[in-house]
Amino acid sequence: MAELNREESKRTLHKIVTDLTSPIQKHYGFKPWIFSLLLIIGVGLYAYVTQLQKGLGATNLNDYVSWGLYIAGFIFFVATALIGMLISSVLGLIGVKWIHPIARIAEMIALGFALMAGLVIVFDMGRPDRAHHLFLYGRPQSPIVWDLTVVLTYTAISLLLYILPLIPDMPFLKKTIHNRPKWQQKVYNFLAFNWIGDREQYRILKRSIRVLSILIIPVALAIHTVTSWLFALTPRVGWDSTIFGPYYVTGAFVNGVAAVLIAMYIFRQNFKLKEYLTDFHFERVARLFVLMMLVYLYFNINEYIVPGYKMKKGEDVHLLTLFSGHYSGLFWYTQFTGLLLPIFLLLFKKMRKPVPTAIIGLFVIIAGLLKRLLITVPTLEHPHLPIQNVPESFHSYTPNGIEWAILGMSIGGALLIITILAKLFPVMPIWEIAHDKGVHEDDIKNYDPKEYESNKAIN
Amino acid sequence: MKDKSRNEHHDDSNKTSRRDFLKKGILVGAGTVLAGGIVTSFDAFAQGGDTIKVMTTDGKVLKIPASQAIEVGARTEETMQKEGRLGIPGRKWTMVIDLSKCQNARMCMAACQSAHQLKPEMHHINVLQMDHGIGTAPYYMPKPCQHCDNPPCTKVCPVDATFKRQDGIVLVDNERCIGCRFCIAACPYSARVFNWTDPKDKEKYEELEYNMEMNVPQKRGTVTKCVFSADRLREGKLPYCASACPNGVYWFGDMNEDAVTNGTSKETVRFSELVRDNAGYTLLPELGTQPSVYYLPEKDRRVPFKTDLNLNEKHH
Repeated sequence: MAELNREESKRTLHKIVTDLTSPIQKHYGFKPWIFSLLLIIGVGLYAYVTQLQKGLGATNLNDYVSWGLYIAGFIFFVATALIGMLISSVLGLIGVKWIHPIARIAEMIALGFALMAGLVIVFDMGRPDRAHHLFLYGRPQSPIVWDLTVVLTYTAISLLLYILPLIPDMPFLKKTIHNRPKWQQKVYNFLAFNWIGDREQYRILKRSIRVLSILIIPVALAIHTVTSWLFALTPRVGWDSTIFGPYYVTGAFVNGVAAVLIAMYIFRQNFKLKEYLTDFHFERVARLFVLMMLVYLYFNINEYIVPGYKMKKGEDVHLLTLFSGHYSGLFWYTQFTGLLLPIFLLLFKKMRKPVPTAIIGLFVIIAGLLKRLLITVPTLEHPHLPIQNVPESFHSYTPNGIEWAILGMSIGGALLIITILAKLFPVMPIWEIAHDKGVHEDDIKNYDPKEYESNKAIN
Repeated sequence: MKDKSRNEHHDDSNKTSRRDFLKKGILVGAGTVLAGGIVTSFDAFAQGGDTIKVMTTDGKVLKIPASQAIEVGARTEETMQKEGRLGIPGRKWTMVIDLSKCQNARMCMAACQSAHQLKPEMHHINVLQMDHGIGTAPYYMPKPCQHCDNPPCTKVCPVDATFKRQDGIVLVDNERCIGCRFCIAACPYSARVFNWTDPKDKEKYEELEYNMEMNVPQKRGTVTKCVFSADRLREGKLPYCASACPNGVYWFGDMNEDAVTNGTSKETVRFSELVRDNAGYTLLPELGTQPSVYYLPEKDRRVPFKTDLNLNEKHH
């Protein structure tokens, strides 16, 4: 990085601090956004109360397709949460610099979606009032217990990986943010953990982040592998696959990068961070996106073409439903808008700009949710033995309004968590950005906004 | 029907054998002697409560306050839970279903649904119409839970709500089930069903003590399935479905004794011979689930298959 002279250094730091803290103090369309989120959550809550009163029969689930939108949603949430590990850990550990303004955004997505994943699974329970049985009677041989363990661990490590890099930012917040309620100041004070910013503190901080970044990799791989095993460990056509673990993990990265691109675009526009989330950053993430989609495509080819070539009895009904039958429209839609088309489009430099990448990201993430529905439902519609002597509605499954409303509430909840974090804390690490731009250590340590306020008139 | 079966059950427990009577006498007697030494019994007499007579081991007849007497061996929810999880020692139950006999009478389904308080669309046992395609004959196939020796369902249960007992029966404890339906996803035989809404006649049965061996009363938000009529086996009777069948389809018995009894004719034969001589097989053996239910092939059927086979085409 270029060394700045003292005057430039101070000025740069002040600009960074102002740019990154002003969204906390000013609202750009904050109220309508929160209002819509609360509305979505309110509708979902109403739907959930209805479900609690009637039982899970309020949904379109049945004895054959007994897992549906909620479980697909659960995989979707866990998948999206995985991005924290890819960006801030894997890329961070190999020393990629351009992730610095993105890592905290990825971590916020990870936290929001991991927390909601835990709730979505409760929405799917027939007896949510017995959720504590998992702790009273949990059995180590059940993959659900493994999933519970790793999801909780992942959430905890993600929380630490979010909070630790916040610590050096707290002094900036304490010094610049005065018009917010008292509790908010208290939160800043608490999270500062007496940070003074000397070398020893930075050493400890960076070391802790490094250790956690390493720890989270196996945990993150475990959460999505175990989630895939909820399916792969059962003797069902379409789930009984040895590559389900990596198939899910790579699919998760695709989903997560899509989420990060959308979030980057929103923060860039709404928080006026064009100078920090530049075309260069979108270009880099778009390349990562293509790489992840190519790997996921490779797993898709293996997952569908290998059994599709053989067309074994049992598998044939399932595969034909996807390729040319009842679900073919949805199946090819997810393959085209979720993989083939995005890969093709992003080969062009023009498409790797903020607006096109965000739009592509949106399509990919929608396809991601639908794909998970396609992994869950068609398999259950084709059990080994025929479905007979049950009402017509038991032969197939389409999620109903209640299920969509509850899933909507879950997505709304994740977005609300991300929004609250973005309103409380800067979406990028001020200290790291300042350091990258060549601001002097002493200036970061002794930042004083008053110096600039008095100079304002002159400038 | 359900009430009837429960009454039957109570009648039976009252018809105690001489040995049972002695056992009760001994235990109650011993309990009384112990309690006698304690002041509480005097209190009860002092309060003028009802008394009953019991016989002790040495033949003495004692009076004790009725409020303090506990019938030994009475089946409370607690004992039913405990016994239900243990199973019947020394047994290994098995069922043999003779497909050549099945005429789709569906008496098994009716008897089962009535005993287990099931709604019409809920099947612990389901008579399927099977058709393997060109060149093969269609047939009817009653399908209960296979009570696998390597059950995929119990493995995945996160709370030990479904489990395999020492006598080979796979049961569900609907007081513990959290309704995650992982077992439904794991079962390759589609043997499990779920109480999606309030169970049938909820108000009528709500107050009954939970009997795990019948899995009644059913509870909303929990899984239910065929229990091999564990309650009937405890009384030395054949399962509801086997007894209800008019066509001699079901054989039921104990693998350890190597004997199975026909539910219709009550004839008892060697299990191993029956399965060997008739080329018995199990369902989806390639999955390694090791079912306890055996099928005899659908040969020499005397009744024409009244086909309703578009049911089978319901695959999408």
